[in-house]
Amino acid sequence: MKNRLNNRLGLGGWLGGGRYGVDRYAYAFHRLTGLGILAYFIMHIFVTGMRVGGQEEWERTMAFFNAPVFKAGEFLVFLAFIFHAVNGIRLVIVELACGIGRPHVPAYPYTNSTMRQRPFVVAVMILAALLMITGGVDFYFMLN
Amino acid sequence: MRESRLWFWHILSAIVIVFLLGAHMGTMHMNTILNSLGLGSADPVDSVEVFRRSASPVFLVAYIVLLGSALFHGLYGLRSMLFELSLSKSVEKTIGGLCAFAGFALFGYGTYVAIVVYRMHGVQP
Repeated sequence: MKNRLNNRLGLGGWLGGGRYGVDRYAYAFHRLTGLGILAYFIMHIFVTGMRVGGQEEWERTMAFFNAPVFKAGEFLVFLAFIFHAVNGIRLVIVELACGIGRPHVPAYPYTNSTMRQRPFVVAVMILAALLMITGGVDFYFMLN
Repeated sequence: MRESRLWFWHILSAIVIVFLLGAHMGTMHMNTILNSLGLGSADPVDSVEVFRRSASPVFLVAYIVLLGSALFHGLYGLRSMLFELSLSKSVEKTIGGLCAFAGFALFGYGTYVAIVVYRMHGVQP
C-alpha cells in the first residue's frame, strides 16, 4: 500500500473523460449507475420486506408506490440496470482479455487498445439503447 | 492476494446477477411484451401472484442467491470507489467493516423475509 499513487484528481478524476473519450465516460457512468442501483436495492429489500405483514400490507404498499413519481423512478432504475448490466458484460469480457486484439509488434500507423475496443463499446451502447427503448415501450405505451 | 480473490468474487457475482436480475427485470418490467409472447404473468406485482411466486422453493433459492450476490457486488463496488480516494488506513478499515456489517445485516433481514413468506404458502385469490 505504501507505493500506491494518490488520487489527486478526486471526484474530477472519476468523472472526467479526458482524452479517453467515450470509454472513460462509460466508466464514470458505470459507477454512477452502480451507486444508484445500490441505493435503490437497499430500499427495495425493505419494501419487499412488507410481504411479511401479509396480503393487505403488501397491497397497501403497492398502492403507495403506484404514484407516477415512483413509476418514473422505477423506470430510471430500469435504465440504469440496463446500462450497468450491458456495459458490465463488456467489462468482464475485456477483463478476460477477449476482444482487445492479439499482442503484436508496433508498426506505423500505430493502433491502441482503446481504438481497437471502440467498435465493441459502440455495439454495447446500441444494444443498451435497444433494450431501454423496449423497456420504455412496455413501461409507458403498452396496457396490461 | 485477498483483494484479487475479492475481485474474482466481484466478477463472478456480476455474472450471477446478470442472469437472475435480468430474469427479474424481464418479468417485472417487460411483462406486457412477454405476455404477448405467452411467457409472462398478467400482473407481476399483484398480491396473489407475488405470494404464489414467494411460496416456490425455486424462487426462494434464487431470491437468496440474488440477494447475496447483489449485496456483495454492490457493497464491494462502493468500497472500491471509496478506497480510490487515498484514505488513511484506519478510515479504510472502518469503511470495510461498515460495508461488511451492512451486507450481513441486509442479507440476514432479506433471508428472514424470504423464509417467512415462503412458509405462508401463498394467499387465497
